[in-house]
Amino acid sequence: MSTVVFAHHGMTPAERLRDAGWIAFVALILGVPLIGLTTVDVGGRLAVDTRFGLLAVAVVAAFAGRLALRWAIDSLRAHKQSKARQHTADTLSSRARTLSMVLGWMALGVSIALPIFFSDNRYVVDTATTVLIYVMLGWGLNVVVGLAGLLDLGYVAFYAVGAYSYALLSTQYGWGFWEALPVSGALAAMFGILLGYPILRLRGDYLAIVTLGFGEIIRVVLLNWTEFSGGPNGISSIPRPSFFGLEFTRSAPEGGHSFASFFGLEFSAMHRLIFLYYLILVLALLTHAFVSRLRKLPVGRAWEALREDEIACKAMGMNTTNIKLSAFAIGAMLGGFAGVFFAARQGFISPESFTFSESAIILAIVVLGGMGSQLGVVLAATLLVLIPEFGRNFAEYRMLLFGMAMVLIMIWKPGGLLSHREPTLRLRDPRAKAATTEGAQ
Amino acid sequence: MSTLLSVRDLTMRFGGLTAIDDLSLEVPAGKITGIIGPNGAGKTTLFNCLTGFYKPTVGTLRLAHPRRGELRLEKLPSHRVARDAQVVRTFQNIRLFPKMTVLENLIVAQHNVLQRASRFSLAGLFSLPGYRRAEREAVERARTWLERLRLTQFADDAAGALPYGTQRRIEIARALCVDPVLLCLDEPAAGLNPRESAELNELLLYLCDELGIAILLIEHDMSVVMNVSDHICVINYGRKIAEGTPDAVKNDPHVIKAYLGEDDEEGVMQAYDETEERAS
Ligand SMILES: Nc1ncnc2c1ncn2[C@@H]1O[C@H](COP(=O)(O)OP(=O)(O)O)[C@@H](O)[C@H]1O
Ligand SMILES: [Mg+2]
Repeated sequence: MSTVVFAHHGMTPAERLRDAGWIAFVALILGVPLIGLTTVDVGGRLAVDTRFGLLAVAVVAAFAGRLALRWAIDSLRAHKQSKARQHTADTLSSRARTLSMVLGWMALGVSIALPIFFSDNRYVVDTATTVLIYVMLGWGLNVVVGLAGLLDLGYVAFYAVGAYSYALLSTQYGWGFWEALPVSGALAAMFGILLGYPILRLRGDYLAIVTLGFGEIIRVVLLNWTEFSGGPNGISSIPRPSFFGLEFTRSAPEGGHSFASFFGLEFSAMHRLIFLYYLILVLALLTHAFVSRLRKLPVGRAWEALREDEIACKAMGMNTTNIKLSAFAIGAMLGGFAGVFFAARQGFISPESFTFSESAIILAIVVLGGMGSQLGVVLAATLLVLIPEFGRNFAEYRMLLFGMAMVLIMIWKPGGLLSHREPTLRLRDPRAKAATTEGAQ
Repeated sequence: MSTLLSVRDLTMRFGGLTAIDDLSLEVPAGKITGIIGPNGAGKTTLFNCLTGFYKPTVGTLRLAHPRRGELRLEKLPSHRVARDAQVVRTFQNIRLFPKMTVLENLIVAQHNVLQRASRFSLAGLFSLPGYRRAEREAVERARTWLERLRLTQFADDAAGALPYGTQRRIEIARALCVDPVLLCLDEPAAGLNPRESAELNELLLYLCDELGIAILLIEHDMSVVMNVSDHICVINYGRKIAEGTPDAVKNDPHVIKAYLGEDDEEGVMQAYDETEERAS
């Protein structure tokens, strides 16, 4: 009987007690050396003292904590299930659609207006630029992970390829930002295909491990091939992008104009920062338009189908090799673009900017945002950049806070912040359909 | 009637296990060929060999394609079997694209046509008229099959969330969107109720009589396979043990033995009659 009653909570009371008992037991085993025994200084010599009272407290706390945690998770899940039952799929999806529309337009409005309101706050504009870089990276990786379902842990490699391409092209050959941008993107795409080829047969965990390795290889090569990449010293004095040929310098070049003098403005270092902000905003919006459009094309649908079932794809006559390579290439190209911007903004790059933890953060953004959701990426990128920033006040607890926030979000929304998937095309107009179902009730 | 597919001396071994043992089989064009046999007989393995998912250990699979001439299926990778040879299959354990809508499932099945029309996505990116027309046609084709299989009401729902019988129909509709010359159905009636299997019968006859699609049908539901098949091939332990019209096969002592063991000679007919009664 009790099994039936508790079925939707997942566990019977006896099971919960047993579960908590195990945890307490583990706590006891670990606790004996960690808490139960301690060394004290007795007249210059070390002696072992026991603290079994404290140990008992710790074990009881572990037991109670485990019970409470299980209870909290189960009731949260039950609550969500009952909520899911209340809503029919239709109203839920139309609500999700309007919500994402509103959120999307709001985000766009805020991002356009932000530098106007914070035109003299360097910190805000800088942080917002960082958020946008991650948004762009998230959108790029979303193609590979969210749409095509290929778990890529080395995405930062393409970011690095883009950044170093621009850095080298500009410092060695004097290329400008706009000339280098497409070339660097193409180079990154080439690396995407290069990586994609050998790992076509791999899936899931194996794919993740190989891509991780690839990311590290690129970084280690950059670190050690000193003649080529400057090694650990990186590349410095990378030229900043100019505003249609106008430099953001204090004094105008001879016979020409700087940005400030051309527009008759007082020179301010903020001009460049705001320009960079709008530049990445435009790049990110272009990326968004590009990816959203691709999603609705055969290639985008093929990516999603590949994520859903590769064998079924083959049975439908789809060349999964090409589909995978196109996902890697497009994802890598977008990462390359972001890298070019990164190099242009920093003016200095070194392999340290392209460690595994960057890949992990970008992946976290995609997963947290809800795989495949474009708006989810924006929310997640904002959160993941801002949480550590707010956390600065907590000094050494900062990363702890960051980790906790991620765990909480994943418990609260296991499918990501915005897991709603909008179909790429419909047979009927969704509003008409909602109207007929409402009329029927 | 001309032969569409001819399977010659097909053998498929997995290590020490011989799943298909020197099997030969002719599939006529525009007819329904039933494949029956106990579980583990090698029926699904035969489909996997046909559609390029397994490379046969020995044997040839010749398809006399009506427009492209003779194709050797055992030499083609699986996606080319569907794309070039137009041999399309469904799966015993339904394999849809669960998070995509039913309509999207059917559009993805027309990937190659659409991808060509989108010219490496360039025509698609700028939504050029040629691509738009191709997409409209694809939707129309999908709509036709959705209507034919009574799926229109589910068109915009996620395929994975629908009932089992509906998913079976979706998988068939999706296969039809690939425009098959030979349609291989792996237990399409499994999990269907009698009314749904009767509908399936009617659909299969329509596909073959009206559209001239040849069908290779693996099925345990005797009410389906005995009623629609023109020709039945019985497999046991990877070998063909009997072949012929439904009536001939039903009364073949080898078949009765394979299904029911040595003693019970009347069982298969009894089982068949029972399903008949249930269906009507
Ligand atoms: N990939 C495989 N590896 C090893 N054995 C397989 C494989 N596929 C099928 N088999 C074996 O081949 C035999 C036939 O299986 P199958 O074709 O699925 O039978 P059925 O007639 O029920 O569809 C079974 O014994 C099965 O275990
Ligand atoms: Mg089978």
